[in-house]
Formats: sequence, structure tokens, C-alpha cells
Amino acid sequence: MVFLIRVQLREDYSNLIFYLSPLVAVALTLFFGSFIFFILDLSPIESFKIFFISPISNSYGISELFVKATPLAIIALGLSYCFKNNIYNIGAEGQLTMGAIFGGGIGLLFNDSTSVFLLPLMILFGAIGGAFWATIPAILKTKFNTNEILTSLMLTYVALFILDYFVVGPWKDPAGYGLPKSMPFPDAGRLPVLIDGLRVHIGVYFALIICLLTYIIFNKTLFGFKLRVTGLSSKASQYAGFKYKNLIFYTFIISGASAGLAGLFEVSGPIGLLYRDISPNYGFTAIIVAFLGRLNPFGIILSSLLIALTYLGAEDAQLFLKIPSAVGFVFQGLVLFFLLGTDFLNKYKVFIK
Amino acid sequence: MQSIVEFKNIFKSYPGVIANDDVSFNIEEQSIHAILGENGAGKSTLVKILYGHVKPDSGEILINSDLAIINSPSTAKNLGINMVFQHFSLFESLTVAENLILGMNENISLTKLKDKSKTICDKYGFNLNLNSPISSLSVGQRQSVEIVRSLLNNPKILIMDEPTSVLTPDEISKLFKIIKNLVKDGLTVIFISHKLEEIINLSDYVTIMRNGKVVSTISTQNENPETLGYKMLGYKVSEVKHESNINFSQEIFNIKNLSTQSKDPFTINLNKIDLSLKKGQIFGIAGVAGNGQKELMEILLNENDYEFSGDIFFKDLNINNLSTFQRKSLSISYVTEERLGHSAVPEMSLSENIFLSMNHKSEFKKGDFINFEKINSYASDVIKNFNVDTPSYHVKAGKLSGGNLQKFIIGREIMSNPQLLILSQPTWGIDAGSEAFIKKTIVELSQKGVSIIIISHDLDELLEVCHQISVLYEGSLSNPLNVEDINIAKLGKYMGGLFD
Repeated sequence: MVFLIRVQLREDYSNLIFYLSPLVAVALTLFFGSFIFFILDLSPIESFKIFFISPISNSYGISELFVKATPLAIIALGLSYCFKNNIYNIGAEGQLTMGAIFGGGIGLLFNDSTSVFLLPLMILFGAIGGAFWATIPAILKTKFNTNEILTSLMLTYVALFILDYFVVGPWKDPAGYGLPKSMPFPDAGRLPVLIDGLRVHIGVYFALIICLLTYIIFNKTLFGFKLRVTGLSSKASQYAGFKYKNLIFYTFIISGASAGLAGLFEVSGPIGLLYRDISPNYGFTAIIVAFLGRLNPFGIILSSLLIALTYLGAEDAQLFLKIPSAVGFVFQGLVLFFLLGTDFLNKYKVFIK
Repeated sequence: MQSIVEFKNIFKSYPGVIANDDVSFNIEEQSIHAILGENGAGKSTLVKILYGHVKPDSGEILINSDLAIINSPSTAKNLGINMVFQHFSLFESLTVAENLILGMNENISLTKLKDKSKTICDKYGFNLNLNSPISSLSVGQRQSVEIVRSLLNNPKILIMDEPTSVLTPDEISKLFKIIKNLVKDGLTVIFISHKLEEIINLSDYVTIMRNGKVVSTISTQNENPETLGYKMLGYKVSEVKHESNINFSQEIFNIKNLSTQSKDPFTINLNKIDLSLKKGQIFGIAGVAGNGQKELMEILLNENDYEFSGDIFFKDLNINNLSTFQRKSLSISYVTEERLGHSAVPEMSLSENIFLSMNHKSEFKKGDFINFEKINSYASDVIKNFNVDTPSYHVKAGKLSGGNLQKFIIGREIMSNPQLLILSQPTWGIDAGSEAFIKKTIVELSQKGVSIIIISHDLDELLEVCHQISVLYEGSLSNPLNVEDINIAKLGKYMGGLFD
């Protein structure tokens, strides 16, 4: 039997559904997630409790939620500039790594400093490192018309190897028993925590400030207007006289700097030194966060909290349910899948003959 | 001779437009039959119906006097009808032979197919290497692949949709020789074109269509481009409503020796265009679509850094290298052919669409911020002064009807006090009321001293509002004709490319 599937663009697709579809996607994820628990012979309700509720049922858990959500939100906010402009920067993980190397490098260079200026300098260099790494795909795209998805993704692995080189080579801690890690940063290079004894740090403030700035830039400024027009219609953007090549540079630099900032916050905050695995794929997961938040700055804050919860839930699930923590990635994948699905069905009608 | 195809009362409508209105005519066996008409006359719809690509609302097609129900291109192929489209459908990375076998209905081995193709190529003089990848072929050779692919199905009838539009003169004469040989061997060729000379040189009969209707089907023997052009346009000169003998003196805009040398086969190269526009003058650029209008407009806007030689002057200032933004700042305004997605963003509000075109004006900005108050009041003025039917400026541009949106866009540009306004197809596809309003506005604007260029396929419109008209034909622009001196015979000749 042959099924013919016909797809037709909807004349007037709903804006309301556009903003509701993340909720539908989350609901579907929970439903199919419980199905996964069911086949694993676990009680869905019990598992849900362990996955989604117990991780944030105490102050430590809530602090950890913010620790995970902060880098996700900062990176996703930066990425939203690119995505609004129809530029697909997939290499935030590499830009994050470069930010950690640049900013962390400053911390190691002045490792006996007690100056209050050390941390701001590290933050600055973290942003510069990420922006620098993001400029490469921007140059390649504007000069040679390369596909930025490929180049930015490939550069991620280059950045990871550069970090590898430093932590097993020149920056290896001489007192570190030969482990591939650097010396710890001096206290002046550590990000202040918000509450003593918990890990939640001032990066949270940065995330909120970036969120507000992004909202203002998108809605009130000429630059934000250029991004919106270009994302909606490249021909109208030419008609308006906007220079697309400049916009590519600006958006790459903004998203790279954000990712670099997040990388620096990770190493100077919770981690405190440089080593191989500084990020559990925050740079990639932030892509899901950005789209789940509908590229809306406030939406991104909410979705970063939700996705952060899947990280925490996965850790608890490994501990208490004895299932691999990769189940967290399964949940992230499900959310993205259902989100793309609901978006597709909102935009197109599907007929099966 | 006997008719191989008979169209009987074909009727096909799309929302808002009747593409084929009671179309009936016959095509003789073993003839070359041209279908002539302006863009939108219904030629393509008709052949797509014959090829089973489009279903008619009513009417019949007889093939060899038998009623044929053609539901799909494969039914058409079984009836011996094949079609070569204007845009090729070939796989670039596959070889010629591989592309040929993909078009076959029957099962055939690649070696057998190569033998068969080789015979056809040798017989008719197609110069094709069956093992080269398509990506290495010229446009003319690609077309040969398409034709050979059709011939492999042993067609009785071959439809060719504007086959010469992408070919060089040399390739065209080669193609015509091949077509004539094919017809000698029994094929019937249906040939769509709007190029008058070609039709007279190549075809035996021509059916002229206008606004979806058949004007007449005649033998080309006693026709010349002038008479044919006259029939295609079906034109009666309308009254010119404005003062025609104004003395225009001050030159505002000037194009000197503008040429392009693009290698892209789907663009028309412009050839030594000269144009001079005076203050307060309305200048029309007429011509059938696809003769370089798009390219000329692109250069005038400079949206894509289109490469050209020659010079463009605005008030003695060479603007060759000025960006769109800089040209707008010099008070040159543009209205493009496409409304949605080019001169307006459908998803954005009317206010935002004001800013789209007016972002070079400092009054709408406060530093890097947008001054929405000023923009909103400008938007309400446009809506009021130009009779735009909309509840508010918060409405998204995509929600407006074509005529309303066009009034809004033209109003937006006019209210910015341009010195030069360039319009492409300003009344294309809009209601009669809006059309009349826009024409009136344009004439009034010129009386205030604004210079205007209108690029349009609509001759009526140009003759009604312009002071001077030139015809664009295959990238060349004719000498300007004063509207009061225009006679239809001359215009028909010019539309067919017969000017110096």
C-alpha cells in the first residue's frame, strides 16, 4: 500500500499557538517520557517525582538549578540574535570553550593577584575569546560563502583540542599529580557566590541583565529592527538598505561573546580551574533552550530553567533509579523533536491519502 | 492536413483571475504552432492543461479527433505529448545518460538507452557527450538534454515553453534547424513565445492570446512583426489626460551607456542603456516582462551590488557606487514590483513598515533607538491622505488587500518628499479603484516637480500617465517616444525589438 502525504502551507497560521506550542511540546515530552520509564519497569509517577520534583525540593537543589540554568540562558540569549537573523551558529560550545581559555588564561597568568580588577578582566577576556572564535565562521561566510553551520560546528572540536593542549601541556598544574588540569584560580579570580555554602553565583544577575538588554534591543532599537526584518524577509532587508554582511558579523560576535562569558563563569564559578570537561554540552543544549523559548528573551529564561531541570533530574535518576544519566539528553531531544513537530503542524496542513 | 490537437471551450479560473476563457482552436499535424501573448495572457496555463499538469474547469481536448482525458503528465506521455519546460529539471551531478534514463517510462538498460540517444543526437545534430555530468554543460546543451529526453519517448507532440529565452542567437538558430527537421520527420511542435520575429521565422501558425481569450489563430505567412505586435497588444490609444507640451528643462536623472555582462543564464544582459529624465517628467519603460526590467530595477536600487559598466547620475552626482541607503538619503524613492516580502514585510505592522523604508531619516530615530511616536503619526498621515482602508497602523501589512497595501507603500514614499520616484508595476494585480487613485496621485506628483520612472508591462497605464515612453527589449532600451507622437504600429514594432 502506498501512502501519499501532501503538505500544504497554512494561509494564516496562529500566533497564539506559536507561543503555546512549547507547552504542548513539554506535555508530550512528559507523556512519552513516562512511557520510557514504563518500559524500563519503573513506576512513571515515582520516577517523575525523582526526575522533576525531588531535585528542586531543597535550597541546595534550587541553587543547583540556577547554576545550570545560568550558562544555558546566557548562551541561548546570545544565540537568539543569530537565529532571529536566520544565521545558524551551532558552535556555541566551542565559543564557550574559547571564552574559558581566554578568561581562565588571565586568571592563571596573574595567579598571585589579589586585585579586585582581576575578575572583571577575566570576564572581559572570556567574552573576547568567545567573540574571537565566533568571528571565524562569520569571516568564512561573508568572504567565501561557506555554510556557517558546518564551520561553527567544526570549530567547536578545534577549540576543545586547544583546551586539551593547554591543560595537559603548558598550563598543567605541577602539583596536580599529572592530572590534565590547571592550577586553581586565585580567590580574586573566583566568581562570588550569592549565598554562602551554595554554588549559585552572580552569573544569575548577568543572565537577567542580558535578558532585559536583549528585550530592549529587539524591540526598541534600529539594530533589533534590522535583525527582525532580515529574519522575516531578506529582500525587504535589502530594500531597506540594511547590510546583511555586517549583521552576520554583529550577531556572531554577540552570540560568541555570550557563550564565552558563560564559559568563563563556569570555570571561575563552580569549577575554579581549567580542565578537560568544563561543559556538559551547554553550548549545544542552549540551541534547544533558545528555540523552546521562542527566541523571546523572557521565554528563554523560562526554558533555561526547564532544561536545567533535566540535567539535575538525570543526575538523580542515575543515583536513585539506576538508569544512565543520558536519559536527560533523551528528554532534551524529545522536547526539541516535539517542538519542531508542533511548529511544523502549526505552519502546514498535512493530508494523508 | 488533419488536426492533431483540438482545444474545445477550455475554461480555467484561479481565484481572482480567469486564466483561460473559452479557449478553442486546432493544431495541424506536422506543423509548428506558436502561442503568442503577453505575460499573464494564459499561454502557460493552456499548455499545462494539455500536458496534464493543470486540470481545466471545463472544456475538452481532442487528440486525433478522439476525446482525451489527460489527468497527469504520464497520461500525456502515453498519448505522445511531451513538454520541455522553461526551467530545466536535471540532476546536476549525474551524467547526461543517467538523466536521460530517469525520464524513461519503460525499463531499458543504460547501454541500450545510450545507443538510442546516440542515434537521435547524430540524426538531428545535438552535440552531446552522454557521459559528461550536467554541471559541465552550457545552458544550450542542457536544453538539448531535455529535448533528447522528450524525443526518447517517441512523442507525436512536443510542447516547448519559451525555449529561446535562455539561448544565445547562435544556439537559437541551431535549435530552429533541429525543430524544423523534427517536424519534417512527423513531429508537431507547440511553441510558446512572446518574441514576434522568432514566431514569424519559425512557426507555420500562430494563436494569439490576450487576457485568457484567443484573439485569433492565423498563418504566419502574411504577417510581419508589426502586424503581429498590433494583434498581441490589441491596443487602442487612450486619451492622454495631462498637459503634454510642457517644456522640461532641468535634468534630474541620467543613465549613460549602462551595460551588464552577467554569465548567469537566467538573467538578461543590459545593452548600452541611455536615459535622461527631466524635473517633473514621467518616463515609462515599456516592454514584455523578462526583457531586462528586473535587472534594470536591481541596478537602480543597488540592492545586490550588481556589476555594470556605464554611469548613473542624479543631479550631476555620479551614484554608481552609492548604496541603497545612500541613494534613499539623496531623496530617491523606490516601489518594487513585489509588495509582500520586498517593499513591505507582511508579518510586521504598518508602522514598522514605515520605518522599513524610512530608516535613513534621522527624525524617526533617537540615537540608536526607534522613535515610534513620530513613525506612528507618519503612518496615520499616510493612511489618511492615501485612503488606505485599515482600522489602525498596528495592523500587519500582510492583512491588507493588494490595492490598499500598494496605496500605503506609494503613500509612504511620496510623503517623504522624494525628488525621484522609481516605480515597478505600480498597479499590477490591484483593484480598479486603487489603480485610478494611484495613477491620479502619480500625475499630481509630477506636477509638483517630482520626476518619476515607471517600469510596467501595462501599456495602457503608461500611455495614460507618462510624458515619454521607451521600450525595453532583450536588454536594449529604445529611443524615447513622446506619448503624443505614439502610434500603435510604431509601438508594436518597438515591442518586437525593431528599433535602432
